[in-house]
Amino acid sequence: MKRNVSSAWRRLASDKLAMISLFVLIAFIVMAIVTPWVSSREDINPVNTGDNPTWASPSREFLLGTDYLGRSVALQVMWGSRVSLFVGLAATLLTIVIGTLVGITAGFFGGWGDAILMRFTDWFLVIPFLPTAIVLASVLERSIWTIVFVIGITSWPSTARLVRSQVLSVRSRLYVDRARALGAGRAHLIRRHIFPNVLPLIMASTTLAVPISILTETTLSFLGLGDPTEVSWGSILNEARQKGAVTRGAWWYYMPPGVAIVMVVLAFTLFGRALETVLDPRLRER
Amino acid sequence: MTLLEIRDLHVTYRSERGDVPAVRGVNLAVGEGDTLGLAGESGCGKSTIAASVLRLLPKGTDVRGEVLLGGEDVYAMKPGRLRAVRWTGAAVVFQGALHSLNPVKKVGWQIEEAVLLHTKVSGKAARARAQDLLVRVGIPADRLDHYPHQMSGGQRQRVLIALALACDPHVLIADEPTTALDVMVQAQVLALLEELQREKALALLFITHDLSVLTHTCRRLAVMYAGRIVEEGPSELVFTDPQHPYSRALAAAFPTIGDATSRMNPQGLAGDPPDPAALPTGCPFHIRCAVATPECATVDVALRDAGGERRAACVHVGASHVGDGHV
Amino acid sequence: MSEPVVSGPVVSGPLLSLTNVQVQFGGGRVHAVDTVSLDVGRGEVLALVGESGCGKTTLIRSIIGLEPLTSGTITVDGAKVTGNARGLRALRRKVQMIFQDPTGALNPRHTIGDAVAEGLRIHRKRGTAKGDEAAVVGAALAEAGLRPPERFVGRYPHEVSGGQRQRVLIAGAMALHPKLLLADEPVASLDASIRGEILALMRSYVDRDGVSIIAVTHDLGLAWNIADRVAVMYLGRIVEIGPAEDVLRNPQHPYTQALLSVVPEIEGMEQQILTGETPDPSRIPSGCRFHPRCPLVANGEAERLGIVDRCRGVDLELEPQTAPHRVACHAVHPPSPTGPTPVELSPRAT
Repeated sequence: MKRNVSSAWRRLASDKLAMISLFVLIAFIVMAIVTPWVSSREDINPVNTGDNPTWASPSREFLLGTDYLGRSVALQVMWGSRVSLFVGLAATLLTIVIGTLVGITAGFFGGWGDAILMRFTDWFLVIPFLPTAIVLASVLERSIWTIVFVIGITSWPSTARLVRSQVLSVRSRLYVDRARALGAGRAHLIRRHIFPNVLPLIMASTTLAVPISILTETTLSFLGLGDPTEVSWGSILNEARQKGAVTRGAWWYYMPPGVAIVMVVLAFTLFGRALETVLDPRLRER
Repeated sequence: MTLLEIRDLHVTYRSERGDVPAVRGVNLAVGEGDTLGLAGESGCGKSTIAASVLRLLPKGTDVRGEVLLGGEDVYAMKPGRLRAVRWTGAAVVFQGALHSLNPVKKVGWQIEEAVLLHTKVSGKAARARAQDLLVRVGIPADRLDHYPHQMSGGQRQRVLIALALACDPHVLIADEPTTALDVMVQAQVLALLEELQREKALALLFITHDLSVLTHTCRRLAVMYAGRIVEEGPSELVFTDPQHPYSRALAAAFPTIGDATSRMNPQGLAGDPPDPAALPTGCPFHIRCAVATPECATVDVALRDAGGERRAACVHVGASHVGDGHV
Repeated sequence: MSEPVVSGPVVSGPLLSLTNVQVQFGGGRVHAVDTVSLDVGRGEVLALVGESGCGKTTLIRSIIGLEPLTSGTITVDGAKVTGNARGLRALRRKVQMIFQDPTGALNPRHTIGDAVAEGLRIHRKRGTAKGDEAAVVGAALAEAGLRPPERFVGRYPHEVSGGQRQRVLIAGAMALHPKLLLADEPVASLDASIRGEILALMRSYVDRDGVSIIAVTHDLGLAWNIADRVAVMYLGRIVEIGPAEDVLRNPQHPYTQALLSVVPEIEGMEQQILTGETPDPSRIPSGCRFHPRCPLVANGEAERLGIVDRCRGVDLELEPQTAPHRVACHAVHPPSPTGPTPVELSPRAT
């Protein structure tokens, strides 16, 4: 196992694009973490705290200029990263956990359970996302957790299907037969054979699910369904648009959050693809 | 007339881990109506030889020596001539596994394709020819429109034979055509091959690991090990009285039922067939050889006369049998 | 490693006893194993031969519990095998299996040491020391010819050769010290020159430890090499069984005769190539299931003997019941003077 990890890492490290993506992600995560130390919540409150100039273009004092209330755009982007990344990761966790549990159960036990679970999955799969998200967000309390819940609830089906088909494939392998012949019970089979062979798929799937969750959160916040007390990249874009940043030509207001989103999403996607290539034993050279 | 001749063939694959010499100086010849069997195990180079006849080796492979089809060197041919010769001069019957035939095309179409590529006939004529071929190999004509997965292993193998004969080649190379088939189906397919070979006076090069099959189907037999031929001669003789220690071991792996010496006495060789990327020094077989001498580790031996039209590449052969007809 | 308490007394009868075993698939549509009764003694090697579709692999898979029985009983060491989890677990301490494809049968992510220890870990009682396990694994590897074991324990399957992988499988099965080893085409996917070594290895467990082996194979030469007895299967039924030398040198059933005649390694037999494909177990012929392909029916011999109607209409069992060499063929055992006794069998799809 250890050898697998270190050889996988070496292969990953040789992929320049993957390493650059990893660096970008780490940079953003660090930024999200240090934000409370370099600024306080007041900086993003929707009031003009100081005598900051409004709509100021970037300068030495305000690296990314100020918005319609004179708040630093740079600080908003930093605070926004916390929400976007947190929601992205939390929603993905929910998606993966539900999807994996359903997928493994359906794939491994088969029969009636599989049929029921899969119909259940199909039902969720065909629900149109945006209307559901809007309905849920309006009905439930407007908070970050709601967003996490909404994204998780609507994204798990595709993971479930992916995991299930991988489980079915592994289940039919000869070494699973051998383990059964040796006397293995279900727990042993899942723990020693099924799960380790499904895990790489889950990991790669996770890394690709995060950018989707982030984009989804951005979309919801942009539509005004997010937490009104929190700043996220999507909400910044929303405000910028509503306050006329585009007509004013205040590019420093709407471009930074957009660029940040693109960078994070791209970095996750590229890294996820590299991870998938490295972990897939079929693509591994012998 | 010699239809297929291979002279001093050396084939080296290029890979990231270095050069892999798959074939190291092979000579063989098959005349019209003649049958030659090539026996060997994994890594010995026999499949490489099959691919080399029609220049089907991967790009960048280093090939030295000559492969003559009807007197013309395949490796000196221009691309146009090569394309014309492929399948009409020589054709290959591959192993009938599911992936030897295009799974999404009907079987009849695949044969028609071969005919249409090489002859200027109408679609209808091609279809008629495909039908004739299928019937000739013992498949009902209505199977023309079946897909490979709808057929049994034996039927697919017959389709591959029909496909190989589509353009009336003079030379037929059969590469493990009956491996993975049941013994009764294998017998059917072999009988078919023998019949067709006689009828069309084909030069047949039959490649397999099953030495005992070759003794029935082929007049002559060559045994390969580590990219070289280590013994060759009349197939009956090579099978019943092998001179090279490796041939002996290989023959012993197919015990004769009814023979008391092999009853409760499975014979095998220690070690594994050599990795062509890491061949031993001297005679490549010396590591697994029961009668190796110290000099076998340093000196490789060429094929020597072993009496009775046989040749074997072993120090124990020939030196003390000069002029003798038997061992 | 302590042996588990065996339930019931250890009888000195056959090690394995199959009685009227049936295995069906597709809700009774496919009769893969169609009433097989078989005994295997201790320290005996039985070769189960036949073509694809004859049910031989299904039969041994059902012995070790990988396929459920539709009906019939299996008795191992005097104790009837129950299909529940506990019964199967106990069964797998006494019966083990090796597979045709040694590469596919080993999880590529587990080391060789892990693969060999897997059975031990599954059956280990709580609290058994890990040190014991390493010793048992090493001993099993060494016995299977992988010496020194330390060189192999940490390696992965793809790092060793095909023959060595099969030895790993054998070590993994024998580490549990089973009394019966089921081998599904044990050397079919290995290079010819190393088959002898693997077969000799298998035989060594028999000669030294009294292990019994059922070897499923289509290769009659293998049977000649290591089998004490040979059973020939056709479409789910055993059609001939007896001591290897008898069956292989003096085959009685027309199917066995035809099979032997086309084996390249046979001497002194004229080839009888049967026509047609290997038959389909979802469409078993009436009467003697071999009659559509039987040379005796095809060349009129059956008619001359006056049995052709029975061949087409009456199913039959292995006869004579008590002899070591038994055949299920109307030509060999014509009806007794007291009249034929048709065998009642469960209805099947035609």
